[in-house]
Amino acid sequence: MNFDFSTQLGSANFANPIFTASGCASSGKELSQFFDLRELGALVTKSIMIKARSGRATPRMAETASGMLNSIGLQGPGIDLFLENDIPWLQEQGVPTVVSIAGESVEDYAVLARKLRNVSGIKALEVNISCPNVENRGMVFACNPVTARAAIEAVRRNIGGELPIIAKLSPDVTDIVEIAREVVAAGADALALINTVLGMVIDTKTMRPKLAGKTGGLSGPAIRPIAVRAIYQVHAAMPNVKILGMGGVSNGHDALELVLAGASAISIGTANFGNPRATILVKEGLERLLISRGFNSLQEAVGYAHRLDLP
Amino acid sequence: MNKFAAQIESELLSNKKVGAYHHLVLSVGDIAAHARPGNFVAIAVGGEGSSMVLRRAFAIYRASDRENGLGYIELVVAPHGKGSTWLTAQQPGALIDLVGPLGTAFGIPTQPVRALLVGGGYGSAPLFGLSEVLKSRGNRIDMVLGASTAMKIYAPLEGKRSVNSLTITTDDGSAGIAGKVSDVLREIIDENQIDIVYSCGPMGMLQVITEITQEKEVMHQCAIEESMACGIGICMTCVLPIKDDSGLIRMVRSCIEGPVVDGERVVWDSNRKIPEGTWGA
Repeated sequence: MNFDFSTQLGSANFANPIFTASGCASSGKELSQFFDLRELGALVTKSIMIKARSGRATPRMAETASGMLNSIGLQGPGIDLFLENDIPWLQEQGVPTVVSIAGESVEDYAVLARKLRNVSGIKALEVNISCPNVENRGMVFACNPVTARAAIEAVRRNIGGELPIIAKLSPDVTDIVEIAREVVAAGADALALINTVLGMVIDTKTMRPKLAGKTGGLSGPAIRPIAVRAIYQVHAAMPNVKILGMGGVSNGHDALELVLAGASAISIGTANFGNPRATILVKEGLERLLISRGFNSLQEAVGYAHRLDLP
Repeated sequence: MNKFAAQIESELLSNKKVGAYHHLVLSVGDIAAHARPGNFVAIAVGGEGSSMVLRRAFAIYRASDRENGLGYIELVVAPHGKGSTWLTAQQPGALIDLVGPLGTAFGIPTQPVRALLVGGGYGSAPLFGLSEVLKSRGNRIDMVLGASTAMKIYAPLEGKRSVNSLTITTDDGSAGIAGKVSDVLREIIDENQIDIVYSCGPMGMLQVITEITQEKEVMHQCAIEESMACGIGICMTCVLPIKDDSGLIRMVRSCIEGPVVDGERVVWDSNRKIPEGTWGA
């Protein structure tokens, strides 16, 4: 059996399509106790910002039906310490790595891109634009076509070389295809769909929002149909743009659903919290399912649900 | 990171109701050999296809190493949420998806000490394993257990044998002294010339114990109970502000840099706020 499980996002090649999702695998070390990280298509790091961030106060988490709400606030060490500590470790281990970056201004994205452009051993850059823009009343970059475009343009102009840019979009928009078109026009090589969905939980005992940050990002199986819809819509509009799909995938069937909608690779997020070996289980499950459905490669299955000749 | 952490399918060997709690015994193989007092396990709840996507963390009550992979651990579980209720409803023979041992352990002094162990509610669970270890090294151990009411005191017979004195407090006076554990600590620390306090229980209780141990100038190691989504250091939800050697406050993960921390280093009362001066704030 010569099944081809490899995939591409922009100019980057990956041995298999199963990635971790940003913010759900820290920088890899913690999960390496449970499986060999080299089995991943790629490890996507937590979103890194220019400076160290404490993140938000606790409580930061609330479990919901088939999901969870989180409000971490991008806690992290900042780009310099990240490049000093985390990247060398991942390189030493030989882990295919996608670095996720996040900024609070267009200039932040430009600075981060400049800091990363000469770093070796990175396969691609995921640009998290679901962050409040301090220059625009805290409006999230990804929720407005103009600011989404500006952030990606800043990365494109400064990244140089060949490092592919994956723009991560928010589902909290009226027309995700419109945002997708803008960031592709701005130079994104691929799209990551979807970020968490903004939500809120109110504790009926204390009668106040459960999270200290009040609102949080909903993730887990509860949002999978939203991910499938967003991926399907964007793939229909731009079939040649590669999609890194994510949103509530916890087994091979879930992953296959996103692939059939149009995803060329899959990130696993919340499922890692419930099962540290979730990525490996998804990988094995997806491969088995694709073979059992008669596909010779992952690529044959990407967007298969769009085919008009299906019975 | 606890370098011995592993994910296993563990068989539930026994499940007995004790007062308001359930005492569970789980077959865990080598995990028992590596478990230290203060460590915890993270258990997947609800079974296949459950709507509960996150693991639940439970302090290890006792660990018994046995050869040929027959090691087991004991847990004391209060069925107060959906996940813990599911776990306490499992029958012997059930297979439980378990990750452990996780987190830091209580430090055991190399010199003989007079130790005071303080537990709130089922927070007493990890203290009995600790008292056995301390006792085996010839230390004097006093214990104070507190809860809202008598039913919620977890103090099994075999546990009582490993301590030199046991004081019980209940909010409603239904057992022992009416009041809080903090009402009796000063006197016990003075009378028994306590060198170190070990504690486990709700944050408010740990904060008050820290105030007392600072006033009395005795060491305080506490096992904190923060809500966790993963237990293995990847979700960043269980953070707690802790001062490092230089006095810098960082939001650290209580699942891997805790649950046992030095009480004096914790910036208490920080629920819903980031303390001023925290790194990256």
